[in-house]
Amino acid sequence: MSSLTIHDSHSAEAPSQVIQPVWVRVVHWVNAVAMVMMIMSGWQIYNASPLFDFTFSHSITLGGWLGGALLWHFAAMWLLMVNGLVYLVLGFATGRFRKKLLPITPSGVVADARAALTGKLSHDDLTRYNQVQKLLYAGVIVVGVLVVLSGLSIWKPVQFQWLTAVFGGYDFARYVHFACMALIVAFLVVHVALALLVPRSLRAMIIGR
Amino acid sequence: MRRFRSLLIPGVDKTLLVKDATRLLPDPARRRFIAGGASLGALTLLTGCDVSDGFSAESLLAQISKFNDKVQAAIFNPNTLAPTYTEADITRPFPFNGYYAEEDAPDIDGKDWTFEVRGLVDNKKSWTLDELYKLPEVTQITRHICVEGWSAIGSWSGTPLRDFLKLVGADTRAKYCWFQCADVDGYNSPLDMATALHPQTQMTFKFDGKILPRKYGYPMKIRVPTKLGFKNPKYVVSMEVTNDYKGGYWEDQGYNSFSGS
Repeated sequence: MSSLTIHDSHSAEAPSQVIQPVWVRVVHWVNAVAMVMMIMSGWQIYNASPLFDFTFSHSITLGGWLGGALLWHFAAMWLLMVNGLVYLVLGFATGRFRKKLLPITPSGVVADARAALTGKLSHDDLTRYNQVQKLLYAGVIVVGVLVVLSGLSIWKPVQFQWLTAVFGGYDFARYVHFACMALIVAFLVVHVALALLVPRSLRAMIIGR
Repeated sequence: MRRFRSLLIPGVDKTLLVKDATRLLPDPARRRFIAGGASLGALTLLTGCDVSDGFSAESLLAQISKFNDKVQAAIFNPNTLAPTYTEADITRPFPFNGYYAEEDAPDIDGKDWTFEVRGLVDNKKSWTLDELYKLPEVTQITRHICVEGWSAIGSWSGTPLRDFLKLVGADTRAKYCWFQCADVDGYNSPLDMATALHPQTQMTFKFDGKILPRKYGYPMKIRVPTKLGFKNPKYVVSMEVTNDYKGGYWEDQGYNSFSGS
């Protein structure tokens, strides 16, 4: 982060300033791939025994049938878990979480949400997240942890029965797992739409600046 | 029913194999799985992997599934018991489940039926139902979890498999108990020895206190509350104690072989 401080003092020559360090970009895109594989194969698994009165269209699922989807799901889970752990460890160790995502205050979130909806929110400095971004990014990290833990609890309801009990038992844990997926998909829709609205942020996540 | 494994044998003519496989896969959904694999395989061209080496998404996924077998065997604690429930928790009616309609379930005459014991055992005698009914009986109420995701709680009575293995002098250092069944197409499934020796793994003769009805696997089911439902064979006719992995009905089609809960 030292390079960041140096460049801050020469803000006139800001184009070389790193917005997203390389480790963030790598884990971000690995996570994107893993999440999409988990979600699409998860929809196919859901279709084998739907929790609600609908199923997911075959055109948007991965694996073709239950057995194929389970193979994808239990392969991509390693990518998701290992990558997620790297992200959490580096996020805490480098102080990125604290610097980028805190503090979050209710009044700040309301003010920034209002500014965003009236088109008054500034995107001049992409190194600083607004309060709505902070809330969504922190929130999706928590949901990401929950989706993995609830998934483990329905994968191993005997060996990890304490974890299954935390999520309200096997049957309820399936709903928790589904709800986490739904929140992540909702985040994804907003996240991708806003990244396309502010293309500089997408560029920063690809080439860093 | 060896379709999945046969895809993994090296040195086989791939064109013929794909032809065979497509013929074997009537379900268009399964074909899509293959198609999805092929396109991901094509992606490896871009990364410089030689596709003719047989790299495909399918073989990679199969390898990861084998790795997951080992991970699950390591996670499996022989002393961890599956949660048990009360009579009031029993799911009524308990669902019939199979890859065929209920009226196509095996209709076995208990008087003619025998349970054949083969492989690495001292006593290879076949057992009649009356002989098996005389073995000590325990009852457990546990949750049956299907690979599809649904679950149901049932009450199963019978004799612990580990006591029977001791009784017939099985080599419990062997890797598997391989069960064969009377279902159409010949259902079979391998059970790893650690799970076979788990205290709750049971040779089941009764459901809900009554002789196991036809729809739940008469005359004998292997109840394994630490495994998914398809690892709980019904209409069992023989058991082979073996060190060889002989595959299984669903395992060969791609379900993870360990499939522990």
